[in-house]
This record gives sequence, structure tokens and C-alpha cells, in this order.
Amino acid sequence: MLKNMKKSTKSNVITLGIVVGFYVLIQILSAAGALTNSFSGQLVPICAYVIMAVSLNLTVGMLGELSLGHAGFMSVGAFSGTLVYVVMSENAPQPLALLLAFVVGGAVAGLFGVLVGIPVLRLSGDYLAIVTLAFGEIVKNVMNACYLGVDSHGLHFSLKDSASLNLEVDGKVLINGAMGITGIKKASTFTIGIVLVIITLLVILNLVNSRAGRAIKAIRDNEIAARSVGVPITKYKLMAFVTSAVFAGVAGVLYALNYSSLVAKKFDYNTSILILVFVVLGGIGNLRGSVIAAAVLTVLPELLRSMNDYRMLIYAIVLIVVMIFNQSPEMIALRKRLTARFRKEDAEGKGAKDKEKKGVA
Amino acid sequence: MKKLVSSVLAASMVLSLAACGSSASTDTASSSEAASTSTAATAEAAGEGSGAYTGTPIKIGGIGPVTGGAAIYGQAVKNAEELAVKEINAANGSDVFEWKFEDDEHDAEKSVNAYNTLKDWGLQVLAGPVTTTPSIAVAAETANDNLFMMTPSASAPAVIESGDNVFQICFTDPNQGVASADYIAENKLGTKVGIIYDSSDAYSSGIYEKFKAEAAAKNLEIVTAEAFTADNKSDLSTQVAKCQQAGADLVFLPIYYQEASQILIAANKSGYAPVFFGCDGMDGILTIEGFDTSLAEGLMLLTPFAADAQDEKTQAFVSAYKEAYGDTPNQFAADAYDVVYAIYQAAVAGGINGDMDASDVCDALKAQFTSMTFDGLTGDGMTWDASGAVSKAPKAVVIKDGAYAAM
Amino acid sequence: MQFLSYLINGISLGSVYALIALGYTMVYGIAKMLNFAHGDVIMIGSYVVFFAFGSAGMNPVLAIVLSMVVCTVLGVTIERVAYRPLREAPSLAVLITAIGVSYLLQQVAQLAWTSNPKSFTSVVSGLKPISLFGGQLTISAETVVTIIACIVIMVVLIWFVNNTPAGHAMLAVSEDRGAAQLMGVNVNATISLTFAIGSALAAVAGALLCSSYPTLQPTTGAMPGIKAFVAAVFGGIGSIPGAFLGGILLGIIENLSKAYISTQLSDAIVFLVLVVVLIVKPTGLLGKKVNVKV
Repeated sequence: MLKNMKKSTKSNVITLGIVVGFYVLIQILSAAGALTNSFSGQLVPICAYVIMAVSLNLTVGMLGELSLGHAGFMSVGAFSGTLVYVVMSENAPQPLALLLAFVVGGAVAGLFGVLVGIPVLRLSGDYLAIVTLAFGEIVKNVMNACYLGVDSHGLHFSLKDSASLNLEVDGKVLINGAMGITGIKKASTFTIGIVLVIITLLVILNLVNSRAGRAIKAIRDNEIAARSVGVPITKYKLMAFVTSAVFAGVAGVLYALNYSSLVAKKFDYNTSILILVFVVLGGIGNLRGSVIAAAVLTVLPELLRSMNDYRMLIYAIVLIVVMIFNQSPEMIALRKRLTARFRKEDAEGKGAKDKEKKGVA
Repeated sequence: MKKLVSSVLAASMVLSLAACGSSASTDTASSSEAASTSTAATAEAAGEGSGAYTGTPIKIGGIGPVTGGAAIYGQAVKNAEELAVKEINAANGSDVFEWKFEDDEHDAEKSVNAYNTLKDWGLQVLAGPVTTTPSIAVAAETANDNLFMMTPSASAPAVIESGDNVFQICFTDPNQGVASADYIAENKLGTKVGIIYDSSDAYSSGIYEKFKAEAAAKNLEIVTAEAFTADNKSDLSTQVAKCQQAGADLVFLPIYYQEASQILIAANKSGYAPVFFGCDGMDGILTIEGFDTSLAEGLMLLTPFAADAQDEKTQAFVSAYKEAYGDTPNQFAADAYDVVYAIYQAAVAGGINGDMDASDVCDALKAQFTSMTFDGLTGDGMTWDASGAVSKAPKAVVIKDGAYAAM
Repeated sequence: MQFLSYLINGISLGSVYALIALGYTMVYGIAKMLNFAHGDVIMIGSYVVFFAFGSAGMNPVLAIVLSMVVCTVLGVTIERVAYRPLREAPSLAVLITAIGVSYLLQQVAQLAWTSNPKSFTSVVSGLKPISLFGGQLTISAETVVTIIACIVIMVVLIWFVNNTPAGHAMLAVSEDRGAAQLMGVNVNATISLTFAIGSALAAVAGALLCSSYPTLQPTTGAMPGIKAFVAAVFGGIGSIPGAFLGGILLGIIENLSKAYISTQLSDAIVFLVLVVVLIVKPTGLLGKKVNVKV
């Protein structure tokens, strides 16, 4: 059956297959009691990082713009989603509260995506990267100074300290500045994580292989040419950027609900960089690569624990060595030869495959 | 395909490196043997019950940042825990504790990972984590597993609120803020108080808020409260200048000693000389390499531990620590050292054995901790209530001629 | 008067940013890469000065020269080992490698010198601060020296780039690497030279950074490095006077917002101003506008 599929569909099926296969494998191992605590504890963060990496790859790989503030979207998603969950879980059924948390987290992150996406239209390259970095830092600093409380009079907000909230005695501080949100009931599970990974992959793979996706890639390859044939640049750029932000927000909620405390400091520039490392190492524009790289690189520092003090040193060296190995000119040349061959095959078999596509649909 | 090759390559590298890693770690263990034999004498001198424990060793684990920006705190705790475990084992004759320490980079996610790694190792008692945010995350996990956790230094109330299995040996932040305000008010150290605190740090902002509330109750006038964050702490001269402009005659510094040293230097440069008053995080300021300690002259701090206190226990600890690690221990180290000894005392008194499962160990320790009294480096007659908070008396010291003097 | 003293604090901080930003902008302008390890080279340089001057009691000028030599060797080695193999790779690959190098330097520093903070003795501690208005306003010797160093370095760099064969080669490589190579410019040597100069500047910046803000830890270089990078973009990355202007302005904005708006949000304000400036003027204050040809 695989043989008859369109190349891109086949590739998508393999990617999803890897994710589902991983899930099944983990369930079997877990049932057999063969999973270590260490590994099972990392499953949810792995899912969150996979979603982050896949969504960032949409910006970096498909849109071709460097973003250094992806963790900022994760942060706003995490805070808004967690707030909704904390408030809702008291008086609504658990699944509904959870669903609402993910929806709100994604929506708020998407809203910020639109806000940040507007400068995307004016800037490019390293200047755009700086604006996204600035966005991430602004989010971190504001959330660090953000105090939100609730009492019988409603919500209170301050950017100074929790005393300035003027809460009544029975009031409850929801976000406590640098302490963030504490006492979150752990709600994320591996199953929820995998479902979200699959949804993310389905949406983004579909977008990439759709008309819109081709337009986005056309903009990446040559903006002026794309404009000249009438591709609405603004619309498609914003579409890619906002989609990417929405999923980062969802990943943020997934991540936050896995721990009992949530602080803004977590989503700093280093986290953005970490996600970028996943994307670059997995291959820019290669979603399956992002999935694998995110999973492997999340587990890697844990595997290095036996190295004691040299752990992060080794991690840094592995990063440099793998990067050089992966991206040195010879390897690039090899990849170009391979992709050139694929493209040729694509072009040759296009007519036949279009027919197949109709059949499949 | 290439992706696969590279990930296989990375994985194989990791494996081979991990292999060298384990041999390296045995090396370090044997090299620090020397330290343990030299400190054994001091432990026996301290007179902890020799040979009191005969069962299977209890697996005790520590978690803290030993890499990254907060590494000084984690490293101090790691060293002190190792020292305490070695002393106890040597004094006892047979091993009481088997000890392991994991890095968390001051990050909640990594800290939970570290905790899970320790669980795979067979963890029965947790002596950590070191910093507040990771501790809150790990505390929820330990509460879930009913595994006894005692943090040396995570002082926020939210840490012990996670469950009745979670204990602190340090003062809670509110406690410190209140005690500082009371002390300043009672001794009339200043009338116009300025505050400089780290708003991006849970510890610092926690103390600040309680201090502010208590100061209002004690009629202390707070003329200005200036914050800095982890990102802009390299330049603190503006905060100092604002305190000066506001006419503060006492500046309260609920912050760690490295930033405090910068504030003292900045104040000196601009010729501003109020009374400076700090908390336990200030301890260590005299040990900064290259710091002109004359600038700290007259600095007051409320701390449970002072490295140059004259009592026998502190001196034995400081000299053993210096010998093994080449540094003067700070209050993080002292707190961690006390955690291990307190657990030891409770384990012996509660008849705990390494054969018991973690949950039973936890229940027995909980019963002991809420009923026992412990004398340690950071205070005599420490007791714990069911919430897990410690009750001990803060000591106020002033820096005179480059050393701590009691007030 | 109060305002003036905040302004001077701002200029003092800004001059340090400017000094670091000069190194950033130099490397970016010619090698077209964001060298995120620059802040960590500064940290290494500071440690060298700390041990040579603070501990061993060496003459401060000699200590800085020693640190420049160490940093230059370090910078050129990093370029040779980690960046050159990726010269033809996408710029993102080099960016990630630079981040790897940054982690590596921090870890090495931590293993070598522990994470205990060291208090840096000012290299200009012999000089007296300038006192104005009968002592109401003081300008520290560090500030004066940093600003002078900045201006001197800026002028020398501009002169070097515009008036020497090596400088011309740099300009050529910056304009079009391929064409420069065809014209007989040794691209590798030119880029190595750029890194050497950038790293030597890092040593000077490190000594002056830690003289003004004396806590030295393995992470000391990270945040000033990012701020300086922002300063370089603010002024128009690749432009030498732009780095100077961007650094000074950034310091002033940071300190005035601390003084008059909020100490907690000063960084958020700095970044917000940056975003606004870039939206209005997409290539920074003094950046060149690049016309894209079809």
C-alpha cells in the first residue's frame, strides 16, 4: 500500500507511524514493568518538546525565518492555560477543564503570534531574530513581575508585588511574580501528550502539503518572485507564524501541567535556543527529524548523568561535533544530491500521482 | 537516513562516554576516601553515637544545581552532604547511608528527572533539592510517592505545603522577613529603611514581602524598595543611588552575597554609608575571593550559621570541610550537613532500616521529626511541627574587623 | 542633578555594552555570523586578568595584554576548529555551534575555577574618580577609562578597516565573499584575523566590564553578551559607530527606566524600545539598507 502513495503522503505516514509505534512500545514496556522511573518521567516533556520543535520548524524550515523567542509563546500559553485549569478544575469536570486549558493556551499564544507576527512583515533575517528574542525576554520579564490574585471582588492585578494586590483576607494569589503558579495538580499524561503530538503533526503536515504550504515555501525560496505571481505574502507569512505560535502555546500547557510549579524563568532565551537546536539538528524543514532530534536530545542529558560534573561539558562537545558532522560541506553536498534525485522523481511522476491522490482522498 | 546515522552516532558516543564516566566516578570516590578518613576523627570527637546503626545502609539522595548559574549553592550542599555521610559512616563503623547526588541545573523539569533517576537507584530518603522552584516540583512528586524529603535550603512556604512528608531545615522566607523587621525595630537600627531585593528570585521576593508587611506593623518607615532581576544584576548602582536619594539610613538586603558585595562596592564608590542588614543568604560575603572585606565592616545579618563561630561543632565542621574541598563552607553547606545528621538521628531513634520500603521509612521519619529535638550547626534545640517547618532561633551577627561578631 | 547621576550611571553601563558590541559587530560584519560565544570569551579574559592582576599582582596593563593574547589564541582556535568547517553551511548551523561553544566555555570555566564568585579588583583602582559640582556628582575612573577605550578602539577600527590592505580585504569579504576570493583575497586568513581582533577586544571588554561590575562567575559573560548583541543590532549590526551608539543608548535607556519607571521591568522596557526602533527603522539606527535585487 505504501508503494502506491504519493511521496509526501508516504513520508507523513512514516512520521506518524514512528510516533504511534513509540507510544505502543512504551505502553508494552510499561505494562511489562521494564520502564525506569527516569525514562517514564521524561515522556511528557519529550512530547512537549516534540511539539515545540515541530511548530518551530514551521517558522524556521518552511517560512525560512529565524525565531529566537519560541519559548515566549510557550510561556504565554503555559500561564494562560494553567490559570484556566486551576480555576476550572475546581468547578468543572476534569476532562473539560483540561480541554479548555489547551484551547485557551493555544488561543492566547496565537493572539501573541499575531502581535509579534506584524513586525515579521517589515523585518527579515537577523533583525527578525532579534525581535523574537526581544519578545521572549519581554514575556519573561513581565511574567516575572506579574502578580494576579482573586477574591470576592474579582481579579486583582499588579506589576509590583503581591501586597499591592490589596486582596481580602480570603483572597488567593494565582500568579505570584517570580514564584509563578504553585500547587498545580499534575494533569498531563503521556497519552495526552502523544495525542497532541499527533494532532500537531497532522495539522502541520497538512498545512505544509497544502496550497498554503506551497505558497509559504515559495515565499521562503524567493519572496519577490512569489509576490510577482500574486501570492499574498502577508497572509501566508502570518498564517505560518501564528500556527507555529498556537502549537507552542499548547506545548506550554502540556509542559506546565506536568509539574506542580510554573515559573516564567523556565521559558527564557536558553529554552528558545534549545528548541532551535532540536530543529537544526533534526534538519531544517524536516519534521520527522525534528521529532527524533527533540526526543533524543531531551533524553541525552539524562543518559549523561553518570558523567557527574562533566555532564554538561560532554553535552556541549556532542552538540558541536554532531553539528559539524551533520552540516559540514561534504554532508551538505550529499544531501543536495539526494534531494535533487527525489525532486526529479517527483516531477516525473507528478501526473500519475495527482490521480492517485484523488483516489486516496 | 543521515539523521538516523547521526543519532546513532550520538547515541553510541554517549554510551562510550558513559562507560568512561562510570570508571571516572569510581576514581573520584576512592580519591575522596582520604578526606573521609581524616574527617572521621572529628566526627568521633563530636561524639555521635558510635556503632548505633547496624542494619542495611539507607539510600539517601541529594538534588541540587551543580552546573549553571546557581551552581555555588548546589555544590556547597553536595560537598556537605558527602562530608556528613562519610563522617557518619566512619563513626558508626558500618555504613549507615549510601549516598548519591544528582544535578538539576536549578530547573524544575531537570529536578524531577533527577528525582526519578534517584528512585531508579532505590532512593529511600531525599535530602534536597536545594533551590525553591525545583523543590516545589519535586515535593509534589515525593508527596505522591510518600517518600521523605527534607530540603536544606528551599525556604518558601509553598515547598512544605505540598505534603506532610516534606520538611525544611532552613527558616521559611516569611519567618526571616518577620524576624528581620522585628530585630531592626526592637534594636532601633534605623528609622528610614531602604530595600534592595531580587524580584526574579522566589527566596528574595518572599522575604521582601513579609518584611514589608511586618515593618508596617512595627512602624518602620520604608522609604524605598528597589528590585533587580537575574538579567540586569550586573549594574546595581542605580538601585543604590535611589536608596541614597530617598535618605535611607538602613538598607535591608534580602539577597545572596555575591549581589550584596556589588551593592557594598557601589555604595562605597558613591560615598553612601547606611547600615546594611542582610539575611542568611548574606553569609559567605567574607569568603569571596578578591573582595575587600573592609567594605563589609558594620554589615549586620541574621543567619543561623557563621563559619567562624567559636563553638566546637562549627569549628570541626569548617576545618573538615576546608580540608576536603578547599573552601570555607557557607550556610547552604551547614544546612545540608544538618539535614544528614538530623535524618541520622531520626533514623537511629526510629529504628529505621535500609530494608524497609521508602513509604515505611517516610512514616517512621515523619513520626520522629515531629517529636524529636535536634542540635545542629544551624541552631540548638530545633523542632519541627506537622507542617514540616522548623523552629529555631535566628542569630544576629555583625561584621567587625573582617569577622563575624555576636550582637 | 539626580537625573544627571542616573544618566552617568547609564553611560557607564552603556560604555561597557558598547565595548562588547564592537567585538560582536566586527565579527558579524565580516564573517556574517552571530558569535554567541563572544560573551564567554569575555568571561575567560576576565578570569585571566583576575588571576594575573588580582592574584599574582601583575601590572594591570601587562595583565590585560596577557589576557588579550590568551583570548586571541582562544578566539582563533574556536574559529578554526568549530566555525571554519561550517563556513559554507547555513548560517543557522554556525549559530548552533556557537551556542555549543558558549556552553563549552562556561563548563570549562566552572570545572577549572569553580562556580564560587570572585570579586574583581578594578584594573584602574589607582585612578581617582572625577568629582563635579563640589562632590555632588562623581564619575568613576572606570567609566572614564571605558569610554576613552571605546572611542579609541572605534577610531582605530574604522581607520584599520578603511586604510590598510588587511582592512580592505575585510571590507571585500564582507561585501561578497566569493568575489573577494576570486580577486585573490585569502578569505580564511581574513576571517581568522577578524576573530583575532574581536577576541582581543573581548579581553579588554572583560577587564573593564568586571572593573565596573566586579562579580566574576562562569556565567558572567552571558547576559552582558546578549545585551551587547542587542546593542549592536540597535545601532545597526555590522556598523562600527552603530555599535558604539547602540551600546551607550541601551545603557542609558536601561538605567533611566530603572530610575524612573520600574527596576523590575527595565529589561522589558529596553527590549520594547528595541522592537519599536526596529519596526520604524528595520536595519537599526546606523545600519545600511540593503536593496534586494530580483
